[in-house]
Amino acid sequence: MTGGHSLSDASLTLPSLEQCIRVLTLEDYNTRVVVLGVMALGAAAGLIGTFLLLRKRALTADALSHATLPGIAIAFMVMVAMGGEGKSLVGLLIGAFVFGCIGILLILAIRHTTRLKDDAAIGIVLSVLFGLGLCLLRIASEFPSGSASGLGGFIFGKAASMVASDALVMAGVAVVVLVATCMLCKELTLLCFDEEFSSVQGWSVLLLDIVLMSLVTVVTVVALQSVGLVLAVAMLIIPAASAKYWTRRITSMLIAAAIIGCLSGWLGAVVSALVPRMPTGPIIVLLCGFWFVISFIFGSNDGLLVRQFLRWSLNKRIARQHILRAVWEVCEQHTDSEFGVHEVVRLRSWHTRTVKRLLRKSVAKGYVARKSPTTWRMTEKGRVEARRVARNHRLWEIYLINYADIAPTHVDRDADMIEHVLGPELVEKLEKLLVAGDEPKSPHPIGASG
Amino acid sequence: MNWTTIDTWIVFMGAMCAASCAIPGTVLVLRRMSLMGDAISHTVLPGIAVAFLITGSRDPAAMLIGAVVVGLLTAFLVQTIQSLGKVEVGASMGIVFTVLFAFGLILMRRAVDHVDIDPDCVLYGAIELAWFDQVHIAGMGVPRGFVVNGVMLISNIVLILVFYKEFKITSFDPSLAKTQGIRPSIMHYLLMTMTAVTAVAAFETVGSILVVAMFIVPAATAYLISDKYGVLMCLSVAIAIIAAALGHLGAITIPLWFGFSGTSTAGSMAVAAGFLFVVAWIGSPKYGLLTRAVHRIELRVRILREDVLGVLWRLEERKQVAIQSMQLATAIGANPLMMRFVLLRLVNQGRIAKFGKCWLLTDQGRSFATTLVRTHRLWEVYLDKHFPQDQHQLHHSASRLEHVTTESMQSALGDARTDPHGSIVPENEDV
Repeated sequence: MTGGHSLSDASLTLPSLEQCIRVLTLEDYNTRVVVLGVMALGAAAGLIGTFLLLRKRALTADALSHATLPGIAIAFMVMVAMGGEGKSLVGLLIGAFVFGCIGILLILAIRHTTRLKDDAAIGIVLSVLFGLGLCLLRIASEFPSGSASGLGGFIFGKAASMVASDALVMAGVAVVVLVATCMLCKELTLLCFDEEFSSVQGWSVLLLDIVLMSLVTVVTVVALQSVGLVLAVAMLIIPAASAKYWTRRITSMLIAAAIIGCLSGWLGAVVSALVPRMPTGPIIVLLCGFWFVISFIFGSNDGLLVRQFLRWSLNKRIARQHILRAVWEVCEQHTDSEFGVHEVVRLRSWHTRTVKRLLRKSVAKGYVARKSPTTWRMTEKGRVEARRVARNHRLWEIYLINYADIAPTHVDRDADMIEHVLGPELVEKLEKLLVAGDEPKSPHPIGASG
Repeated sequence: MNWTTIDTWIVFMGAMCAASCAIPGTVLVLRRMSLMGDAISHTVLPGIAVAFLITGSRDPAAMLIGAVVVGLLTAFLVQTIQSLGKVEVGASMGIVFTVLFAFGLILMRRAVDHVDIDPDCVLYGAIELAWFDQVHIAGMGVPRGFVVNGVMLISNIVLILVFYKEFKITSFDPSLAKTQGIRPSIMHYLLMTMTAVTAVAAFETVGSILVVAMFIVPAATAYLISDKYGVLMCLSVAIAIIAAALGHLGAITIPLWFGFSGTSTAGSMAVAAGFLFVVAWIGSPKYGLLTRAVHRIELRVRILREDVLGVLWRLEERKQVAIQSMQLATAIGANPLMMRFVLLRLVNQGRIAKFGKCWLLTDQGRSFATTLVRTHRLWEVYLDKHFPQDQHQLHHSASRLEHVTTESMQSALGDARTDPHGSIVPENEDV
């Protein structure tokens, strides 16, 4: 994505500091309206988008936003036919809302009465209704009175033409969504996570779904003006999807999504006010995408880096436990705590170099000490830890032999996977169950496992 | 209406484009990945924009490469975000295609001074004008869009024929495909490439919205009509072609009725496809709403008919007087109109006859009813033995089962003499 910016750098004229300050302090009336409107929208979309995402309805919203186009065209025609100019935003949005609802109903009808799945139902509604919208727009442009030229703006958005009343509408919608979310937070959460439970609790799943989808429709319809119907779905799902990488709790996820939506809206409006020929809608979506990438990589909950780090540290621990167990098994055979690298290498399909590296790490941890270039010794601390690891391994092996009927020759591998994650309580239970002594013997000959 | 050569060319181009979209579209719909077609046809835009900015020309080869690269990138990103990011596939698609499309829009907008492709054109296409952009082949002027889409159609047909079996197996049973040595992931990316190339070839002439419609709607329509992979493929191509022809015809005729000069051909082709879908949805001989409604009504009538026979037989068994139409209707709980129809059918079949105002079984009807009652009572015996339940419930369960029991099932139910209520199980009579 950054590569693209360098491509267009040639024609990019950087704004002066003065301009930046003017825009950032919202001195211009126009900027103020756009920024506030888009911020309110971002917050509302983030909130309701969270539920939409959790309910796995992301692309239903896409079909919904495409389905609004014929509604806009028809509303225009009706208004013109009634003698108006056909430009009343509220009228157009009502048309959009009606067709958004029709779109959702059609998706439901196709899904429930044919053998087609969700994806096809969404695709059909999206493309056919959008095609219908295009036809109607073309016809609307021939209307004798009234001018339909502005209607196409709903497709890609035209935030720059927003006026104060539009911003007020957006703020109003944001407040409605906020209030509805606060009031229905528990019910909607239940709906998203456990549909059956919520219906058992006496909540009508259908009713809640209708409420959720109506809120989504309202937000989408309002978003049409600033980001356009092709990209409206991005405002709904991307902030929510980004928020997912920072928290597990629904309330904090809602807040985070609202903040990310708000921030993207604000930055997008500012950037598009500063840079000429920079459409607001796409830049907001691009910024949402930017936050998503950041969250996806650096997020504290399930982010890529955090997950990699956890996996890496788990692997490290597993490797350490493996080397300690191997050393324990060697020492057990010759009843003192000295051993050579070659003896350890034999036990497992690993390389001499790997063993040496792991041993050096264990030295750093104080589990083993090096006596001479060829011999190593286990320390007292190492003995305690190694004994614990080997014990867990053998307990699990004995358990598998006794209770899962696995042949003694085959348990080594299986136990290998479990031994690292046995908690103290489980070990205690195993001890009680198996009546094993302090140092259980290995149920199979020690050596390279097959 | 004034049909000209240009209109013929437009229909040809639209039909070819629609047909070439329908081929990968069928596989997409079968794999439940239809929206991947939607996503890719959006993200082709930044591919084209970047290719344009790099080469500075509208070289088709560069645009094709740009679009394919971005198409594959889309498929890859969607999968990566879905699996690494633990996001549902729909959301992952939504994120990827909106961001890439927004990026493409910005690039286009910034290059707008020196580009003659604009976002509007990409979305709606300019099939009405495509005729004017001609190339000369063998001394004859042929629209470029025709050549491009024709090549695309032929290569899609070739690809689908060459990989016919592979696509089929990976669509229906990816694990079986794996055991047969076909790599599902390779087929996946081949399909994605096909989708991207088809989308880019098509959308300059017809616009991306028609591409999306033609990927999904004809295939979905065919899916409501047939179950066979090969038939599906041919059907969806045929539907796509019909939709294109109907669409253009509609675009230049329907608005005239209302006093307008015409409308968007691409949009109206999408609407025509939607219209065909609705036709199949309602009238498909196999899965149509109408067919299923007729089946349901037929079943209800048959059950009602059997219920009437059952009631009359039981009355005879108890040596009670015959029954009138209205009483029958109340006894069974059917609506009177339906009851009249059913009785008429039974009379025509010679199973019942009217004496005065009352209904009685004929010999033929009696033997038929005997079989029914035998089945009913045998079921009661069976259910009582294996699934002990309340006596009343027993009767209801048996009433439901008696209508779907075949002869061999009946004989497998045993030969008890009395049912759990103490009634005698009648022997089958020969008709």
